[in-house]
Amino acid sequence: MNAMVPAAVNVEALKDTTLLNMGIFALFVAVTMVIVFRASRNNKTAADYYAAGRSFTGSQNGTAIAGDYLSAASFLGITGAIAINGYDGFLYSIGFLVAWLVALLLVAELLRNTGKFTMADVLSFRLRQRPVRIAAALSTLAVCFFYLLAQMAGAGSLISLLLGISDWGGQALVIIVVGALMIMYVLIGGMKGTTWVQIIKAILLIAGAAVMTAMVLAIYGFNLSSLLGSAAEAANNPAVLNPGLQYGKTETSKLDFMSLGLALVLGTAALPHVLMRFYTVPTAKEARKSVVWAIWLIGLFYLFTLVLGYGAAALVGAETIKSAPGGVNSAAPLLAFHLGGPLLLGFISAVAFATILAVVAGLTITAAASFAHDIYANVIAKGKADAVTEVKVARRTVVVIGVLAILGGIFANGQNVAFLVALAFAVAASANLPTIVYSLFWKKFTTQGAVWSMYGGLAAAILLITFSPVVSGAKTSMIPGANFALFPLSNPGIVSIPLAFFLGWLGTVLDKRREDPAKQAEMEVRSLTGVGAEKAVDH
Amino acid sequence: MGNEAQPQDATASVDFQEVQQTERFKTLRKRHRSFVFPMAVVFLLWYFAYVLLAAYAVDFMSIKVWGNINVGLLLGLLQFVTTFGITAWYVSYSNRKLDPIAAEIRNEIEGREFDKGGNMNSGVTK
Repeated sequence: MNAMVPAAVNVEALKDTTLLNMGIFALFVAVTMVIVFRASRNNKTAADYYAAGRSFTGSQNGTAIAGDYLSAASFLGITGAIAINGYDGFLYSIGFLVAWLVALLLVAELLRNTGKFTMADVLSFRLRQRPVRIAAALSTLAVCFFYLLAQMAGAGSLISLLLGISDWGGQALVIIVVGALMIMYVLIGGMKGTTWVQIIKAILLIAGAAVMTAMVLAIYGFNLSSLLGSAAEAANNPAVLNPGLQYGKTETSKLDFMSLGLALVLGTAALPHVLMRFYTVPTAKEARKSVVWAIWLIGLFYLFTLVLGYGAAALVGAETIKSAPGGVNSAAPLLAFHLGGPLLLGFISAVAFATILAVVAGLTITAAASFAHDIYANVIAKGKADAVTEVKVARRTVVVIGVLAILGGIFANGQNVAFLVALAFAVAASANLPTIVYSLFWKKFTTQGAVWSMYGGLAAAILLITFSPVVSGAKTSMIPGANFALFPLSNPGIVSIPLAFFLGWLGTVLDKRREDPAKQAEMEVRSLTGVGAEKAVDH
Repeated sequence: MGNEAQPQDATASVDFQEVQQTERFKTLRKRHRSFVFPMAVVFLLWYFAYVLLAAYAVDFMSIKVWGNINVGLLLGLLQFVTTFGITAWYVSYSNRKLDPIAAEIRNEIEGREFDKGGNMNSGVTK
């Protein structure tokens, strides 16, 4: 076992590989740009721009979903969390994966059959258009914003490690470059271009993780037990193999963990950028196939991260990881450097950049579609805007969101990535999931119920985060100097999700207005049979 | 209403309430719900049981089963297995029990649109 004691990874030596990293990344950008240009040649209608003309197959879309979902949080965040906190990091993976069953069983196909471009299409189907659309669009924008912050923070961490840029200005400059590239992809390529970037990135990411996993396992004779033993030995703490290292300290932290678990499992099926991907396939059956592909790919990837996380703990060592620029998020790149030297590091870093770029592009197009389609076309122009104007508005929105993401990313730089994403999940699960489930399955659900649930869930989640230790009162807070942390948990899910379900019920039973039963019948028949949704999309 | 959400197709004249009341549609809805609801309850309970164990039964989760592999890791991996299993089961159930009947109803409604002038409501009321 002695040979497996962490060989010192020389963090200084990483700087020598900067040029190589940049070269591999530039190659990725060049290749994907060409593909985006080619894909964008026939982007004419709104369905082309937002839903890629519904031309993707289930397996392509499933791969793109995996590319969209396996963000920097999954790759850098979870690997780092397992490397530092052991088993507790693995709990993220399980929540992120099991959550897909909610999407598969309850949401994906029904949503594909009833909507057109955005989440609000489904939620406002049988309710009053204006209030529900506005609420759904606002929560879409809020979730995308949190998620974008997390990705941009990941970009900052990665850059500080790879380019050895530790000064604030230098990192900000690189975030601006990443943001500008993302704006280009989305502006030019629309959903089709974005989807191809996600597919390529998913393949590279999963292949890269597979290679690293095989290398780590080979070192330990393909014996998981001896890898775990070596990780525990390197950490000098056998408890890394048990749950509780991060979340088991106090009763509050245990409760916080329950809250996180709830947010993770209920958040996925309510993430607007994931939901929007279901519109890129022609039928509900393809939507189902997409989720099945996504579940297999994502599950496989999380099994890899388990090996990579413990591998990083054993081979690199928690201390080295924590003290490296980029901190926890640097575990995977450091492990790559240890295993395969500068070349593998360059490849893995380029993949991680690509990951951030692809996810950010997916979020941006979702937010832009929601603004242009829900707020501009349906509320401001009252359904009278033509598709050309709507797409023009969407493109302008892309630029605005891109600039906001760049600014947000510069300020969120340095925050824990997996953790920030968990907040986005909590906001999505609180603001969107109750209304999605009620409107698909509860006949009596009304507009008032939807509006109360969405605004109530959104406000509760955001207020609780604001008054949580995430923002103030602890040394890891965003504003470490102040203390207005009235709410003890760092994830709001355990309070805000049940509250939003309750408000949806309460708003409905107290509503004096009844919704049109004909609309309810239409939505139910369409959602289960796919009437009209499967043929209407030919063009 | 000018609802942009709805597919602009030829099914605008269909009486969906009538379709909703047909035995065939009721069977489809029942088959769908009797699978997805219990399954959703089962996997959520199993997931939360696991999360509760990880938070409050650390000693149990730390029992070593084989080498350094403990109960916690096995249960965690079992979550992967059940997720894959439920996915495969749902796909096979949909292919056998849901898709054929959904396609029948869909073809009937959409097909009816093409015989112009016929009684719009015939066909689904049986």
